Amino acid sequence: MFPFVFEWTWDAGYLIFMGLLYLVLGVIAFGLIYALVKTWLQLRAPHRK
Amino acid sequence: MDLALIPNGVQRCSLKRFLPWMLLWSLVVAWGLVSAFLCFYKGLNQTNMNHYFAFGLWITFDLSLIALGAGAFFTGFLTHIIGKEDLKAIINAAVVIGFICYSAAIAMLGVDIGQPLRGWFIFWHANVHSMLTEVSFCITAYLGVLTIEYLPLIFSNRKLNEIREFSIFGDNLHRTMAVFAAAGTFLSFFHQGSLGGLFGVLFARPFAFREGFLIWPWTFFLFILSSIAAGPSFTLLCVWVAKKVTGKELVKRGVFNMLAKISGWLLTAYIILKILDTISWAYGVVPRAGLSFMDFYEGPYGIWLMIAEIGIFGIIPAIILITPRLRERNGLLIIGALMNITGIALNRFAFTIQTLTIPVMPFDVFMSYFPTWQEWGIALGAVGYGILLFSLSYRYLPLFPQEAELNPVKVLGKAVTDSGLVQRR
Repeated sequence: MFPFVFEWTWDAGYLIFMGLLYLVLGVIAFGLIYALVKTWLQLRAPHRK
Repeated sequence: MDLALIPNGVQRCSLKRFLPWMLLWSLVVAWGLVSAFLCFYKGLNQTNMNHYFAFGLWITFDLSLIALGAGAFFTGFLTHIIGKEDLKAIINAAVVIGFICYSAAIAMLGVDIGQPLRGWFIFWHANVHSMLTEVSFCITAYLGVLTIEYLPLIFSNRKLNEIREFSIFGDNLHRTMAVFAAAGTFLSFFHQGSLGGLFGVLFARPFAFREGFLIWPWTFFLFILSSIAAGPSFTLLCVWVAKKVTGKELVKRGVFNMLAKISGWLLTAYIILKILDTISWAYGVVPRAGLSFMDFYEGPYGIWLMIAEIGIFGIIPAIILITPRLRERNGLLIIGALMNITGIALNRFAFTIQTLTIPVMPFDVFMSYFPTWQEWGIALGAVGYGILLFSLSYRYLPLFPQEAELNPVKVLGKAVTDSGLVQRR
């Protein structure tokens, strides 16, 4: 099962394909989380004052 | 009635004129929905697809939409990563067009697979050696990227922007856009290529089969190049049609010239490589398969199709778009862009339909295929959906940052200088 593919096998094909997929999904998630966290911090800022 | 939603500094037609326009395209969408319902309820026997034609009109439309939607990733790449500032005038429209193309393509695929409830199988039981798996992963992830790219524009709506959370989140997403543009470029590069690659690896179908570089057949690279050649032309054409329908200048003429120039040079490179590919196929793959060149051109899919694809809708638009004197003439600019996208759509048609029509077994015969009204309904429903979403986006969102400057609104004879548009830096 690991990493999140039902018929996962430890060979180059799976490692390259899923590795690149998770890399790009990670980049997208990082961008989204960064924007969300920054928004949250900016929204909290006036309350601190 | 909806004045509060319309961006400041720009004029839109009255709701009385807008609603019939929307109704017209809603009817086309309704035709698509009825067709989709019939396909879900009664099955794919509602189509003229069969064991010969596992791919039909929908896949042709899908491949064309995905190629034409490449304007979004390529314009995003040029704007956010290369830093072509002039394209900022058109990037919002390119994103909306890309979103429409990809969401429509995925919706059509949802019907095409016949059992959409099992659509997740391709993700869970991933065959990592399949080009189609790569396409499925990439187009789904890229639709997510396009949605993220669309969000800041939606949050720029006058009313939504008054909500502080949306406004700040939209700004922050916009500032992070280079990250999403880079991810989108990566995903697009591979799925555009793999769409070509999945035909190029069909060893048993000599019409589509190609040799190539490592695991990638030449069609992989040709599909990437053709999509980035057609995408900017399609964006140009959509904006031009919007300009004609609205009667307003939406972007400066220089932006059209730049898109046409980019499109033209990429098309030129593509056509040269496509001609070389066709020659090497005709003298390599074809004789090795024990066939002759003309064996592939029979019935309704004659040699005219190749002449049209490469000659008329390939070489001619390339010449028009790369020649400054020609592309500066409005009529020729639009003809060039239209011919460019027609050529690419013909290419996708040839790979999807013509590949399947040619006999591969001694007992096979030359087949032809014509879609049913349900198939047309879903394909045209996608077009209707696109026009609806683009119309709504144009009406309620600041789609064209240069519009207010190019069409100053006069109040009591004086131009209003404060456009009030949300300008994201």
